[in-house]
Amino acid sequence: MSDRSQLIETGTPFQFDAERDAEFERLVKRYPTRESMILPALWLTQEQEGWISAEAIGYIADRIGTFASKVFEVATFYTMYNLHPVGEYHICVCRTLSCYLLGKQQIVDYLYQELGIKPGDVSKDGKFSLEEVECLGHCGTAPVVQVNGEFHEDMDVEKMKALLATLK
Amino acid sequence: MEVKLLSARFDVENCNKIEVALKNGAYSVLDKAFSMEPGEVTDEVKNSGLRGRGGAGFPTGLKWTFLPKQTEKPVYLAVNSDESEPGTFKDRYILVRDPHMLIEGIIISCYAIGSHDAYIYIRGEYTTQVKVLQAAIDEAYEAGYLGDKVAGNDYRVDVTVHRGAGAYICGEETALLESIEGKKGQPRSKPPFPAVEGLYGCPTIINNVQSIASVPYIVSNGADAYKAYGTEKSPGTHLFGISGLVEKPGMYELPLGLPILEVIEKVAGGVKGGKKLKGVIPGGSSTPVLLPEELETVTMDYESMAEHKTMFGSGGMVVLDEDVDVVKLVKNLIDFYHHESCGQCTPCREGLGWMLKIVKKIINGDGTLDDVNLLRELCDNIEMKTVCVLSAACTMPVRAFLDKFRHEFEAYVQ
Ligand SMILES: Cc1cc2nc3c(=O)[nH]c(=O)nc-3n(C[C@H](O)[C@H](O)[C@H](O)COP(=O)(O)O)c2cc1C
Ligand code: SF4
Ligand code: FES
Repeated sequence: MSDRSQLIETGTPFQFDAERDAEFERLVKRYPTRESMILPALWLTQEQEGWISAEAIGYIADRIGTFASKVFEVATFYTMYNLHPVGEYHICVCRTLSCYLLGKQQIVDYLYQELGIKPGDVSKDGKFSLEEVECLGHCGTAPVVQVNGEFHEDMDVEKMKALLATLK
Repeated sequence: MEVKLLSARFDVENCNKIEVALKNGAYSVLDKAFSMEPGEVTDEVKNSGLRGRGGAGFPTGLKWTFLPKQTEKPVYLAVNSDESEPGTFKDRYILVRDPHMLIEGIIISCYAIGSHDAYIYIRGEYTTQVKVLQAAIDEAYEAGYLGDKVAGNDYRVDVTVHRGAGAYICGEETALLESIEGKKGQPRSKPPFPAVEGLYGCPTIINNVQSIASVPYIVSNGADAYKAYGTEKSPGTHLFGISGLVEKPGMYELPLGLPILEVIEKVAGGVKGGKKLKGVIPGGSSTPVLLPEELETVTMDYESMAEHKTMFGSGGMVVLDEDVDVVKLVKNLIDFYHHESCGQCTPCREGLGWMLKIVKKIINGDGTLDDVNLLRELCDNIEMKTVCVLSAACTMPVRAFLDKFRHEFEAYVQ
């Protein structure tokens, strides 16, 4: 999220669980080079853990047979890879064109007022994190909010309130 | 006004499931396609006049002919499903409502260009979409439409979904290839063009999802049937996205060439709340805005947009009403492009940052007329000096806003 320049160590080794292991082995056969597995492996890690730790970066590099610095470089370039733990509910509000025109700011302001978090923050209890993101490809039903990857369209403060109530 | 060629099955319930899709005609074009020579398939697509739906409008069939005639190397197909340009929301309907149409399009396209390996590059945010698409691909494998013998033919096609992770620049075709190769999404200098040296250094065709999904209709019904829609230079239909301040925003399949004001009025229900129209961004955030008086003569096709010094782009129209603060909108736009710059060219990385600073200064009330002029000057100085056109995708619309709404910028600095 905010600071993406540092990796965090968990102090415990990382490895894929059986399901992710199998998916890694299925996918690696699809590419002529093992480096192509860097993005998919980062996704598998994030799906398993919610974020990507220093240990995970090392594990992915070993598994692929490349340098950890290469994996790190890719992980920092792509903003969806969480290099810090995020909230149990990770809320992304589209900040761009159509969502901007249709009042995304009221939703962001409401979330600040309600949860005390600004874009880039994680709430103290670790329950919520907030991010402003770029166009989510649902401009026809703007404003759009994603919570843990799930789309909520045609949003407004009332609907955001109702959605939060289901998450608390 | 709506015509349903591509969206014919969008309203069929559960058409993402192969048994439903098959009952509604999915994969029925494969027999015909495989009975043709690959070159004949390419010719059909070429004759249809289909233009790439990713934004640039380059003729799809013609692009395919740029592949080397003879090559020892594998040929790849990369399907661009990055769909990240603000105002664009069409490809995901194909992914979710009719993924088998896309898969069928991929199979036929692969056959035409001599490829056995297709990668679908899909933006990371499309979490639900990727699940539906992957499930459809799995079904197609099980049913024998993908794999070693496509629909019983002696032809292998493998399709792999590659997920992006939040970088708009990966929609640019060479950045997309870098991303599949496991690198940062930084565009390559061209030439060499991907058709000659693309993915893993091999000949590669990159096409938008909608372009590829148009192929089954064209091969099934013939180029003439496709050309019956649209204009001479912009044949066929397009999945238009209409958003912003209109009564009925949404995705509508329309033939190209319709008068834009009529579409906004009749299809999208007119400006929201009966307000006055201020302008329309016609084809995604990178396309220069059109004023109401200009819109009178604009039709929704490549040539009319070019005549009006803007672009058809992705067909994602954004409607602005009289209350929109253009200066703040411009800040929102610059913010987007600055954030999404891949960082390898100084004019883009630094220049867009300066533009952002200047427009913020203007909005804060600290700007002068010199700042407005400097902003305008920067537009001219950044463009065409970079590896890819992301920088121009920012400066072109900003220049148009500055020229057409200069009074609004001046009002801020007085
Ligand atoms: C910054 C940038 C972003 C782009 N984003 C997309 C995109 O999201 N989807 C897309 O299909 N094409 C996008 N393009 C265009 C592609 O580079 C490429 O021209 C297109 O995928 C080719 O497919 P087509 O010929 O079928 O249109 C983008 C181009 C640039 C410069
Ligand atoms: S113009 Fe911008 S996005 Fe394109 S290659 Fe240069 S720095 Fe990267
Ligand atoms: S602008 Fe918010 S989804 Fe496109």
